[in-house]
Amino acid sequence: MEHWSPAATIEAEPRPPSVASRLLRDPKVVCAGGFILVLIVLALGAPLIAPMDPLAQNLLLATVPPAGFADAEPGYLLGTDGLGRDVLSRVIFGTQVSLTVAFVAAGLACLIGSLLGLLAGFLGGWVEALISRLVDVWMAFPPVLLSILLVAVLGTGLHSVIAAIVVIDWTRFCRVVRTETMGQAQMDYVIAARTIGFSRPTILFREILPNVVPVLIALLTLEMGIAVVVEAILSFVGLSVSSDTPTWGGMIAEGRQIVHEGWWVLAAPLAALFATVVAFNQLGDGLARSLDPVLRR
Amino acid sequence: MSTPRLQIDGLSAISLRDGDRPILRRVSLAVGVGEVHGVVGESGAGKSTIAKAILGIVPSQVKLTGGRIAFEGRDLLSLSRAELRALLGRDIALVPQDPSTALNPSRRIDAQLTDGLRLKRGLSAKDARRRARALLEEVQIRDPERVLVSYPHQLSGGMRQRVLIAAAFGLEPKLVIADEPTTALDVTVQKQILRLIRSLQERHGTSVLFVSHDLGVVAKICDRLSVLYMGRVMEQGATADVLNAPQHAYTRALLAANPRYDRPETGLEPTPPEVIAALRAEIAAFDARAREAPHG
Repeated sequence: MEHWSPAATIEAEPRPPSVASRLLRDPKVVCAGGFILVLIVLALGAPLIAPMDPLAQNLLLATVPPAGFADAEPGYLLGTDGLGRDVLSRVIFGTQVSLTVAFVAAGLACLIGSLLGLLAGFLGGWVEALISRLVDVWMAFPPVLLSILLVAVLGTGLHSVIAAIVVIDWTRFCRVVRTETMGQAQMDYVIAARTIGFSRPTILFREILPNVVPVLIALLTLEMGIAVVVEAILSFVGLSVSSDTPTWGGMIAEGRQIVHEGWWVLAAPLAALFATVVAFNQLGDGLARSLDPVLRR
Repeated sequence: MSTPRLQIDGLSAISLRDGDRPILRRVSLAVGVGEVHGVVGESGAGKSTIAKAILGIVPSQVKLTGGRIAFEGRDLLSLSRAELRALLGRDIALVPQDPSTALNPSRRIDAQLTDGLRLKRGLSAKDARRRARALLEEVQIRDPERVLVSYPHQLSGGMRQRVLIAAAFGLEPKLVIADEPTTALDVTVQKQILRLIRSLQERHGTSVLFVSHDLGVVAKICDRLSVLYMGRVMEQGATADVLNAPQHAYTRALLAANPRYDRPETGLEPTPPEVIAALRAEIAAFDARAREAPHG
């Protein structure tokens, strides 16, 4: 063949920044991720970090207001509750249950739901029909009632709370992943992969799955926020872990009763819960945006 | 002439969605070893259906109703899914139409190029990577390392099409199906891509079935061509013969419709109504004959 003109060779655009450096430049990811990192450290290091024993009662120092208010006691930064227990220490220990539930329950729900969703979306036919009808029926149950029922049957405890969340919320993942997979399976690159004669598992896990992951991550972090809320609800009605383990939901329940004497007993766990859920949601949003190669520009 | 690499005989197809409207009407064509065979026709003529039928990716609303597609004597239509899968990517490969959607947006070029080499050619990860780099050099990409670590959206359209061509020819198939490979590209890039396909094809002795609506493109690259109208082959022959002495009125009309840069005052002629009427009559006569002798 003849000589190639210089125009025939094309140079690539400058090398794009790596995913990690992109993530670190997204303020959403940095703030929300940083906050959750702090929570993880607090949960793991609670016995070292918490200023007091979260269970130690001191009835002489009941409902002491937070530092800075009149009648505040030194050492009780966020005040004490009706039994004289340190609110700050209880909030710190409360992260343990919240985060365990967030990661384990949301992770398992994601695993089960997205696997079924991938199969339904990719295989179609009777597999899709069966899984979709199952999800439809499943979603017809009122979730809060179902979770309370489940915990009542399984007995209270961390395992039951996690089981309840997984059993109820796998459908969220299944639905979204099914739709997303169906859409991706129609794309040219999947058809191109078929013309190379790749097997169906290869196409599903190598070609389609990477394109579903950004949505999946956003959903997963969102679900973590939901799991934290559900655990708080179950603690609030006394269906989570036993009452000698501090939980945010349990603290909210206790604080509700003495809100006129000590609003901070209610406010502190509520604020922690609120901030955690917001952080998970924002992190999911930021991650989805940074991980999606098409939106990444 | 020995057995052609690809021999299509009497291939017919209907659209199930559209009242069983015929899409292909007993199409027959042959692609010899090391030959580039063009399939030209306007949109809806059934060009892409031929390509899809060979690759086993006919959409569900299209049904093949007859004929055979023989690749080196084996009928592709009667192969099992596993047998066809073994053949695809090893002996037959596709250069797709739209480079902006045919690459996986979430995966880097190196992963996409090495997959086929590892799974269909049995190369180790390291060898596949080295081969991928060599392939990019072969398609005249100056900075292969950078392209290998890029995502598709970071490359231009022409660059992506080069990557896709590298992927197709890199598997060293005997037959490449090029389904309008230059349609989505601008004209200057088109020329480069055509030259690239031709040079790779000559170097490797690959047979190419080149599908296009553009007679000018087909004229540049094809040894032989088939002119398709409404799923019927109107004219077939060596490219030079067909273009210099077109036998069929439709081919002449297609030629007149082509823009001529050397003679700007000619070209872009619409197909004359009497030619369209004659074509429709020809198709109707064919359909009537087909109804009388469905398998004749």
